Amino acid sequence: MKRLMIGNDAIARGAYEAGVTVATAYPGTPSTEIVSTLAHYPGVYGEWAPNEKVALEVGAGASIGGARTLVAMKHVGVNVAADPLYTFVYTGVNGGMVIVSADDPGMHSSQNEQDNRGYGRFAKLPVIEPADSQEALDFTRLAFDISEEFDTPVMLRITTRLAHSQTLVEEGEPKQAKLKEYKKDAPKYVMLPGFARGRHVAVEKRLEGLKEYSNKTDLNQIEWGDRRLGVITSGVCYQYVREVMPDISVLKLGMVNPLPDKLIREFAQGVERLVVVEELEPVIEEQVKSWGIAVEGKEHFTLLGEYSPEYLAERLGGVAQAQGYGLDKEIPPRPPLMCPGCPHRGVFHTLKRMRLKVMGDIGCYTLGALSPLDGMDACVCMGASIGMAMGMEKAEGVDPSKIVAVIGDSTFVHSGITPLIDVVYNQGTSTVIILDNSTTAMTGHQDHPATGLNIMKEPAPKLDLEALIRAIGVNHVRVVDPLQLDELRSALEEELQRREPSVIIARRPCALLVKPPTDKQMVIEDDLCTGCKLCIRIGCTGIYFIEDEKLAAINPTTCVSCEVCAQVCTFDAIKIVEG
Amino acid sequence: MAGKVMNILIVGVGGQGTLLTSRILAQVAVDLGYDVKVSEIHGMAQRGGSVVSQVRYGEKIYSPIISKGGADIILAFEKLEAARWLDYLKPDGMVIINDDRVDPLPVMSGKVKYPDDIDQRIAQMVEKTMVVDASSIAVECGNVRAANVVMVGLLAGAMGFPEEEVEKAIRAMVPPKALDINLKAFKEGHNLYSNIA
Repeated sequence: MKRLMIGNDAIARGAYEAGVTVATAYPGTPSTEIVSTLAHYPGVYGEWAPNEKVALEVGAGASIGGARTLVAMKHVGVNVAADPLYTFVYTGVNGGMVIVSADDPGMHSSQNEQDNRGYGRFAKLPVIEPADSQEALDFTRLAFDISEEFDTPVMLRITTRLAHSQTLVEEGEPKQAKLKEYKKDAPKYVMLPGFARGRHVAVEKRLEGLKEYSNKTDLNQIEWGDRRLGVITSGVCYQYVREVMPDISVLKLGMVNPLPDKLIREFAQGVERLVVVEELEPVIEEQVKSWGIAVEGKEHFTLLGEYSPEYLAERLGGVAQAQGYGLDKEIPPRPPLMCPGCPHRGVFHTLKRMRLKVMGDIGCYTLGALSPLDGMDACVCMGASIGMAMGMEKAEGVDPSKIVAVIGDSTFVHSGITPLIDVVYNQGTSTVIILDNSTTAMTGHQDHPATGLNIMKEPAPKLDLEALIRAIGVNHVRVVDPLQLDELRSALEEELQRREPSVIIARRPCALLVKPPTDKQMVIEDDLCTGCKLCIRIGCTGIYFIEDEKLAAINPTTCVSCEVCAQVCTFDAIKIVEG
Repeated sequence: MAGKVMNILIVGVGGQGTLLTSRILAQVAVDLGYDVKVSEIHGMAQRGGSVVSQVRYGEKIYSPIISKGGADIILAFEKLEAARWLDYLKPDGMVIINDDRVDPLPVMSGKVKYPDDIDQRIAQMVEKTMVVDASSIAVECGNVRAANVVMVGLLAGAMGFPEEEVEKAIRAMVPPKALDINLKAFKEGHNLYSNIA
């Protein structure tokens, strides 16, 4: 029986059916569901690794140990894992290994929109790209066979639209998981220069074989139709092409590295006009051009964002779209914002009030950069905040007692520890705020080493952040409640003045994980409210401004009585009513 | 319905339950034997932002996303969101709006006024506009959070889905302790559609 599955769940199913017994990941939208789902299949060991590099290294060890292994991460996670990735391509596998790269064209939930098909050519590994959930299942299963046949890790590249679209899937029979025997083989697995030179030869030879495979495999298929136009495409773009141009000829690629050169030549010769439709980078187009084939591509299409059927119709012709309705008046935007009761809100309010330079990091709290909190100066990637605060101090252009790094608990464990060692070792004076909500909130509340639970929600040894930070050599570590703004502010004032490193752990569970209190509620005394809007500047949906009356008001359906607005009010107009 | 494709856009504010609604609707379409695709939004936008789920069903579906001017029905959990996505509606399409107002940040802070007559302005443009107070109905059923299932009832009415098929999907997807309230909410929504339409 067919059932609906998001692409990520279909990948998990495909891995299970392929006999995967080890699955590792660090959560990251749009990849998170893959390993959280896979870990629940019988016979699968799953783990949340502290970061993608560790996930891939655990995967490499499991593969060498003989297990079929899946490692999943978002596109930027592959950058973190790039070091082991490039060289694991040299060693090759024992048990098959598939690395899922979940790219995010359009940046629904990411800091960039890099195209990880590029890793295929750069790191020299095969890249497979499915176009719906059924293919996600089937291609994942097949990718393990390719991995073992060619002795290489295989990248399964998906995009947000595939990861989070549900399409119908027919499940298959799971293969009996069978460990391959481990045999010591240092020239294959120990990448000393002398051995690695030999492995590079193997990599190039393997690529020749993969190219032949790409020309023959059913992953790549020509669908002959009207030969006046032939489109080469892959992934979800294939669906968009078919939606608006059902009758044209299409070369649908399921293997995007290495490309099937002979098949592409055959297709090019069979059509009058050849166009490549690919989101983001001209990865296919440039290679086809390099073979001297006349092909069109990015002169018609943008390098930016996601495509859509209507965009393709507009650029290439095809099924005309009906004219929709439009409203003349501009609709006010609705940007995402921190939840009512979020422990991060008061922190960013305080940082802004203190006019600090804030080096931010990746998580829900990156929303602290948006109006009205406006509490962030820079944010680049996971774990960057602490090193950037150190660098800003060393540039000596900004008063070091005005610089803070702000990082979440999961992000700190991911990649914040080494830069903190740098601060201590090179005698920086940074103050680091760890926003410890005891979960990986943004991606849907996954556990991590400092929560005391594993991926299966079973008790696990809990990383003691305070002890870790002291062991690094930070002498001043303190814990504050981020909902107590006075306490937070005085801790910040004290630590910022120190001429040595310090860490403030602002600890309070994510507001989505605690039940709002039923024994109290916030009320505004209208005669005390001056309409100054200070409380509105914390950007909470629990409080709003009535313009006609020049008064603030509580929204009782969203307010969770965190009391931050009451502490911000200088006129004592916001009260807590018990009962 | 051979060859015909139905396109449903479900719009609202992160946290209003659009995901559950699209999943129930999609399951019913699967059970009725259609090819179905659903597109969802996860991650950052869910934090109180504007969210959209897209459900497409028919004999054969390619794209998981709906084009502008392509939606047969827009099911809006909030008035402003109905307006934001209105250019996705087909010229003869239907829009079902929950008469709920959730202020976005620029309105909360008093920078912009909430266009309170927005549902009336939509009704002036779109002949098939239905504005309902799903939230109040949900409160009467026992929990305001069941407003999304009241909307499922209205949608099922508009789609002509058999009641028992929808109830089956609700049973499969709603946690047991919330089931009674949700089944009641569905029934109320479904009855309301029959009364208005």
